[in-house]
Formats: sequence, structure tokens, C-alpha cells
Amino acid sequence: MVDNLFDVQNVTLRFGGVVSLNDVTLSQKRGEILAIIGPNGAGKTSLFNSLTGVYTPQQGSITFTDAKGKRYSVIGKKPYRVSAAGVARTFQASRMFSAMTTFENVKIGAESHRGLGAVGAMLKGPATRRDEVRSDAATRDLLEFVGLTSQSNVIAASLNYGARRRLEIARALATRPQVLLLDEPAAGTNPAEKNDLTELIRRVRDEMNVSILLIEHDMKLVMALAERLYVLNFGSVIAQGTPEEIRANPAVIEAYLGASDTGIAEESK
Amino acid sequence: MSYFTSHFSTFGHEFWGLLVGGVANGVVYAMVAIGYTMVYGVLRLINFAHSEIFTSGAFASFFLMKALVGGSTPTATESVIYVILGVLVGGLAGALAALALERVAYRPLRRRNAPKLAYLISAIGASYFLFNFYGKEFGRINLSMDAPFTNNTVFTIFGAPVQMYYIVIVIVGVIMLVSLDRFVAKSKLGRGIRAVAQDAETASLMGVNIDRTISLTFVLGGFLGGVAGFLFAIPIGVVYTMGFTPALKAFSAAVLGGIGNLRGAVIGGLLLGIVESFSVAFFDGVYIDVVAFAVLVLVLMVRPTGILGERLGRSA
Amino acid sequence: MLRVFQHHMVKRVAGAILIGLLVLVMTGPQGNGSEPTSGFTGSFSEHMSFFGFFTPPRWITFALLALVLSLLVMFAKYSHRAWRRAQESGAAAARAVASAAARVKYVRSRRSGRYSGYALLVLLGIFLPRIITSQSWQTNIVQLVAVYILLAIGLNVVTGFAGLLDLGFVAFYAIGAYTTAWVTGALPTSPPFGIHFNTFFAIPFAIILAMAFGVVLGIPTLRLRGDYLAIVTLGFGEIIFIFANNLYGITGGSTGTNQIPYLSVHLGPLKYLWGLTPQPYYYLTLAFIVLFLMIFSSLEHSRVGRAWVAIREDEVAAESLGIYPLKYKVMAFAIGAASAGFAGVITASQTLFVTPPTFSLSFSINILVLVIFGGMGSIAGVVVGGLVIQGFVVYMIQSPPAWYNPADLYMYLGALLIVMMIFRPAGLLPSRRRLREVTQVESGVARDQMLTHIGPHNRVEEEL
Repeated sequence: MVDNLFDVQNVTLRFGGVVSLNDVTLSQKRGEILAIIGPNGAGKTSLFNSLTGVYTPQQGSITFTDAKGKRYSVIGKKPYRVSAAGVARTFQASRMFSAMTTFENVKIGAESHRGLGAVGAMLKGPATRRDEVRSDAATRDLLEFVGLTSQSNVIAASLNYGARRRLEIARALATRPQVLLLDEPAAGTNPAEKNDLTELIRRVRDEMNVSILLIEHDMKLVMALAERLYVLNFGSVIAQGTPEEIRANPAVIEAYLGASDTGIAEESK
Repeated sequence: MSYFTSHFSTFGHEFWGLLVGGVANGVVYAMVAIGYTMVYGVLRLINFAHSEIFTSGAFASFFLMKALVGGSTPTATESVIYVILGVLVGGLAGALAALALERVAYRPLRRRNAPKLAYLISAIGASYFLFNFYGKEFGRINLSMDAPFTNNTVFTIFGAPVQMYYIVIVIVGVIMLVSLDRFVAKSKLGRGIRAVAQDAETASLMGVNIDRTISLTFVLGGFLGGVAGFLFAIPIGVVYTMGFTPALKAFSAAVLGGIGNLRGAVIGGLLLGIVESFSVAFFDGVYIDVVAFAVLVLVLMVRPTGILGERLGRSA
Repeated sequence: MLRVFQHHMVKRVAGAILIGLLVLVMTGPQGNGSEPTSGFTGSFSEHMSFFGFFTPPRWITFALLALVLSLLVMFAKYSHRAWRRAQESGAAAARAVASAAARVKYVRSRRSGRYSGYALLVLLGIFLPRIITSQSWQTNIVQLVAVYILLAIGLNVVTGFAGLLDLGFVAFYAIGAYTTAWVTGALPTSPPFGIHFNTFFAIPFAIILAMAFGVVLGIPTLRLRGDYLAIVTLGFGEIIFIFANNLYGITGGSTGTNQIPYLSVHLGPLKYLWGLTPQPYYYLTLAFIVLFLMIFSSLEHSRVGRAWVAIREDEVAAESLGIYPLKYKVMAFAIGAASAGFAGVITASQTLFVTPPTFSLSFSINILVLVIFGGMGSIAGVVVGGLVIQGFVVYMIQSPPAWYNPADLYMYLGALLIVMMIFRPAGLLPSRRRLREVTQVESGVARDQMLTHIGPHNRVEEEL
């Protein structure tokens, strides 16, 4: 058996009369950095939302297999349960809790999978205190990992774009996921930040052992990171393969019609 | 056993009478529910102060009737004129109250893009201010209304008498509801309302004046609410707290029909009026107000989008 | 000609005059239905003393008051400007005062500063009965200040922490009070297990029952948009009232019961009876206020409190991190319900009676006003807000000025709610988080689902 993380089989998602995902089949191997590319409106974010339980596709199946080999059917599960199974994500337009500090943002991720504990929280029992200490330590480690230690007490809203992206990644990682879904992590960042981000994403996979599923318009970043790609257009998978194969695929070039011969990188603008 | 059999036999006896009363109440609920639904359509907010718009209409027409009728027995022609005047004055008072409400309690918040909770709180404040203000100015006791017409039985359906009051309610209500429906569907201003309900941003880009459209929505909903207040007050009179219960029921009706949906509000109103009326055959009358609440909670549990689904843009 | 009304200054003056007229009528005499204009005309023509100097018709008094007020505002503006200039020119005294102000702000922001603030409040609370010795004042302080603050601290969990508008708070309070009557055997229906419990045993019963009602009502409603909760709770409050009023065999109907025993302790040699004088109840309530403050403050700064903030700010993002919004909302709702039930026990055992009119919906609004006025989500704010408003209410009951009619209380509170939402939505002593949220929403930083959608609500998110 192939050790697949995600198995997406014939998924179709409609909104009223609009078909957002049309018979999509794809899979991700454990430990892989996989990218999904395609023009705007191709259904990439809809796919993410279907993988994380935000949307419920009308047809098809989505199976997530965790490290212990336990299989979860994602369709029909609520996002918080998908998260508990080991799937974390970031959002296209970053969605931090902007009235909280950087530290608090990450800490929320670190402690979200614990039980209710309202009584413990009110009485500040020893277990609650231990939990707090543990989450604090995990949060500090993650902030260190993404390089935000110096800004940990800053209000999240005042961070710049690159830092917000890293904060979102840290917050998602705090839930201790097995796969991290990144929705256009490089959007709005400058070239230097983009390089840092590329480096960070690779480290997430190599050092934390978290698989990466990436939506990105910036082809330089995609080609540098991805081991395999799927191309979506009008809700359908039109191609898949290694970066080299994709670059040479005529269907892909067709889909990105209007792109100059420097390739699909133009799209990022 | 005997409880149900006996109640069912009463129900059989009273069916037509209860139906007539239920429809009349339902029309009033529908007219109030329209106000909730329209404001919901454009602002995505429940207008908590709508109950006081209803009360405003009732008080205004109450004082008008006091001046016009003043204890006399109006002739047929007079009755027609009085009812028309009552509708106009009640409606205008409601519209005015709604306009003022939008200006004072909503617009300043809209200007600075306040969070939703702020609107709800501000509207609750407005509601409490208004009805207690009426209580202060007009006394806190129930005042009976000078009826603009003699409430004779006009005809009977299967032995159930249909009084003048019910006929007036149904005629006025149908005229109001149909003209509103036509207005929103056909007129330019109505199209503006639908456009804002569907997508305010695009509507404003297309040249729709958002502020004016929102005001108009309040005015239209307020007019119908005010008229409903007048009709409601004819048999039972006015008191400063009178808006609360009918408004809560009308809101339930709006949710039942599908909030944001004009025709849904009408269907929900009629249905609620009838269900409530029939319930009297089965429960003690003091629990009649519980029925609407039970309907509300049930709808929210089973089908929160209501019978017709929520959507103002498509409804008309 | 109409252009003149567009002018900034004219608009302002016209607005001020309108508000002045409104206040004139609000504070005017009570009208009546047979002469509907009497309240309005009386507001102008009746006589009212101008600080005891002379007693002209009300409208003259008001015009003078407006004059004094506008002079004061002008003076304040002028002195503020002068103060700025002095600061800029570096007057040593100005700088010293400014740094002292900054120091106060700093102390307030620090934990130890906050604690000393609380300590001060508690000390004031402990010595209050020494300062205000009148029995009727004390009774009112227990019933209208202390218990209200207790309730406001509970509602603050629901509205302030979790951002849920609960307008049926009074229903849970009623449940607590009726449970007290039931457990102690004061109702027509027999007490649980046929035992007439000591009043203290009403506390766990009340908390559990109120919480159970909260959960049952909360689960279907909290799934939906926030404003549905407000209206469902509003309806629920009314329903509880109807049942209490009509179920004669169970609740005693409209007359309720007046057979509830005082709180008392009989443990071997230890015997104590609360009652008769208001002081013992005062201290008991004060102790519970401090307890509530402590546990809800740790709740706010716990994982649970942070989850509430996360949900308030961005429910989608919170859920993507594994937080189940419904669970946390129901929890907040249930905690609020439980604390209201608890307060119901205190009230019932102090006043010894429960009747339906005590539990009118206006009561919920009153508590809401305390939370809003003090500052949603700010525990210190809620306490101070409760002290200020309820202190004012008690003062107005004890020595009402000529213009004030206690029946108008809710008119003033309603107006206060609007004014707060327009001018100071985060409250008197805002919680820092709330303040940030408010300012960020308003400057458009936060996500748009926090905003009122003046736009498409069913828009498919982001990309389709």
C-alpha cells in the first residue's frame, strides 16, 4: 500500500449552479511537498476548504490517513475535527487574531486540542498550570523556529506581511499537524521575505516532519519547493507531475494562455 | 384521552371562527414581519427597535381617532375616511419613527463600521428609550381606542361570524402587502433595495445611493409596522409596552417564512397567526404567547432558513 | 437657503438644541393619555429651580444650563489648548503632571497595579457599611448594587468574553430564585425528595438547574447567527415569566411565595442566621463578588478565555485550529446562566419572597447596561460600572430630585445604551483586548466577518 496522506477521489463541489470542483482526483504522499497551481478561480482554495471540512463536496471521497495508519473520511467532518486529526492550514488573506499578541496567537494553536477544562481554568488547578507551562514552552519553541521571538509580545495587527505569514505558519504548526496546507503564503511579501519563506517551508518539512500542501502563484517559489504539482483549471485537474514535466506540458501552457515565454511565472503578478 | 377528544370536538366547532381570527392576526404579524425582513435584507441585522415602530403607529392613530371619533358613532362614509386616515397617520408615524431610529441608533455606527454587537445593543437601547418615553408622555395604563367603525357581523362562514374588524384588517393588509411587493419588484427605488440586499458594494459602484436606500427600507418597513400598530390597537387599545409581544411573534413569523424574504414574511405571518389561533382550542389561553416562541425555536432547530429560504434579493 | 443647514457649525448647534429639547422633555413632568400634550407643554412651562437661585419656567432654566455647559466646554477646550502649549514650551510643572499621568497609566497596566486597584475596591466594599449607616440605604445597596454587580460579572462572561448577547439573563435568575423556594419547601409543589433543605443547599440545585436550561436553550440557538440568540433568549425570558405567573400549582402563580427562610448555618455548635439587618447579607454578597471576580478573571486569562477571544475575532480561523465554537459558546452561556441562578438564590433568600414581576425583561436590560457601561469584557469595568449606575439608582430612590421619576429609569438606561454605542463602545474602563478589537474593526484591519455585512452574506469565500 502506498503511504498516502490525502486521497481525493472524484470530488465534485457545487455552489448553486456553479461547479467549483469537477471530478477532482489527487493524492499526496506522506512527507511530500506538493503544490497545486492554476489560474485565479480554478478552484484551488475550494479544494483547500474541502480538505479541511469548511466546504462539503456533493460527490466523491476525501480520506486522510494519519501517521498511525488511522483513516479519516474528511467529507462531512467539521473543521475542528479535521484539525484534531492532524491537518493544519493557513489562509489566503492572513487571518490572525489581530487584537492578540504574537505569542497569544500561537499559544491558542498550541492548546486548542486539550479538553474543556473550564473548572480547572477557574480554579487554576495544578493540571491547568502544568498545561500552561507546557503550551508556553511549545509556543516559545515555535516562535524561535519561525524567527519571531523578538516580536512575541507585539500585537499581531502591527506585524508586517512577511511576519504575519510566519506567524500563521507557527500558529498552524502549534496544533502539531501532520500536514500543513498553505494558501498562497508568499502573497504580498517582498523578494527577501519570499526567500526566507521558502527556506522556512522546507525546514518545516525537514525538521518538523510535516508534509506540505501548497497553493501558490509565485512560480519561482513553487518550482524551488514542490516535488510534485497538480494543475487545476476550471475546477478540474488538467495535469500533474514534477516541476520539469509541468513546465513542458502544453495543456498547462494553454491554461495560462497569455503568459509570456518566461513561463507561468508571469502569473504571479 | 378525554382531553384530546374533548378538545378536538371544540376545535371542530370553532374551526372557522378560529381561522378567521387567526388570519386577521396573521395579517398583522405579516405586516410587522415585513419590517424585520426588509431591514435584515439590507443590513443583515435584526432591528430590535421595530416593536416601538409598531407602538408609534398605534399611539399616533389612537390620538387621531380620539380627535375624529371622540365617542360618536361614525356613519359608513365617515368610517371609510377614518380608517384611511388612521392607516395614513399610523403608517407615517411608524415611518418617521423608523427613519429617526436609523439616523440616531444605526447610522453613526455604520459610519465607523462598528461590530455587529454594537448595532444590536444600540437598537435595544432605542427600543427601551422609546417605549418608556411613550409611557412617560402618555401614561402607563391601557387606553381604549375610539373605534372608527361599528364592529357588526358582516357575514358568516359555516356559522362563524365575520366581523367588520376582520374585514378591515384583511382589506388594508392585502392592499399594503401587495403594493409593497409591487413597489419592491417594479420601481427604481425598489430595485435599489434589492440591489443593496444582494451586494451592497457592487450596488454602490453602480450608482445606488446606499444611505438613501437604507433609509427608504426603514421607511417602508416602518410604514407597514405603523399601520399594523393601528389595526392591532383598534379592538384592544394602546399601552406603552404593547409592541413587545406582537413584535416577537412577527419576528418568529419572519424566521418561519425565511428571514430576508418578503413573501416568506407574509406566509410566515399568516401561518403563525393561524397556528396560534388554533392552539387556543388545545391549551389554556394564557399560554398563547408560548406557541410563537415554540415555533421560533423549532424552526431554528429544524430549518433555520425558514420555509422559503432567506434572500431578499430574489424574493420579490 | 437650505445650504445653510449643511454648514458644520449650524448642524452642530441644531443638534445640540435638539438634544437639549429632548432632555428637557425627558426630565419633564409625567403626561397622560387623556391630555397627550400635557407632558410636553409641562416640560416647558412648569417651574424649576436654577441651583436654588431663582425658579423660572423650565425652559429658561434649561437655556441657562445650556449656556453654562457650553461656557464650560469652551473653557475646557481653551485650557486644553493652553495646556498643550505649555507642554510644548516645556513648562516644568506641565511635564511633571504629564509624567505623573503616564505613571498612573503604567501602574494601571501592570499586574500589581491592577491588583492594588482591586484591593482598593475591596477595602472600600468592606468599610462601606461604616460610611453609609442608614438601614434603608444598606438594604438597597445589597439588593440593587451588590446583587446587580454579581449578575453583571456573570453576564460579562457571556457578552464580554464570548461576545454573545443574552437578553434572557433574568430567566436564569428567576430559575435560581424559584429553585431556592422549591428546595426550601416554600412552593406549593413539594421539595426534592420531600426534604425541606437548608437554604444553602439551594445553591448547587440552582446552579445545576440554571446551567441545564442554559445548555438546552443554547445548543440549538448558538449554532446560528449571534442575533438569533438575542431574540430567542428574549423570548425565553418572557416564557419563564408566563409560566411562573400561571402555573399556580407549582410556582404559586402571580403571588409567588413569601415563605423562603433566611440563609442559616446549623453545624453543631456553629449557628448563624443571615437576615433581619442588611449587613450580614451585604458581606456575604461581597464575598461572593470577590470569589466571582477571582474565578472569572482566571477564566479570562486561561485557555478558555483565549478561545473565546479567538472565536469572537475570527470564527473560521479559530475552527481551523481545532477550536469548536459551539462548545465554547455553550460553555460561556452555561457559566453565565449558572451565575445568574446563583444570584437568584442570594436574592430569594434575602428578600424571602419570589413573585413573577421581579423577573421582568427590563431586569436583563438593566444588567446589560452595567456591562456595556463599564466595558464589555473588562471585569474591573463591570464592577465600576455597576457601582456608578446602581449607586446612582439607589441615590435616586433614597433622595429623588424633583425632576426624576423612578418609573423612567429604563428610558434613561435605554438612552445611555445608545450614547455608549455611539461615543464609547468599549465602555468606561475598556478591556484592552476589546479596545483593540473595536479600533481595529473600525479601521478595517480585522476580518470582514466581524463587520456588519453591508454586502453579500452568502458570497462564496475568497476564491470560487
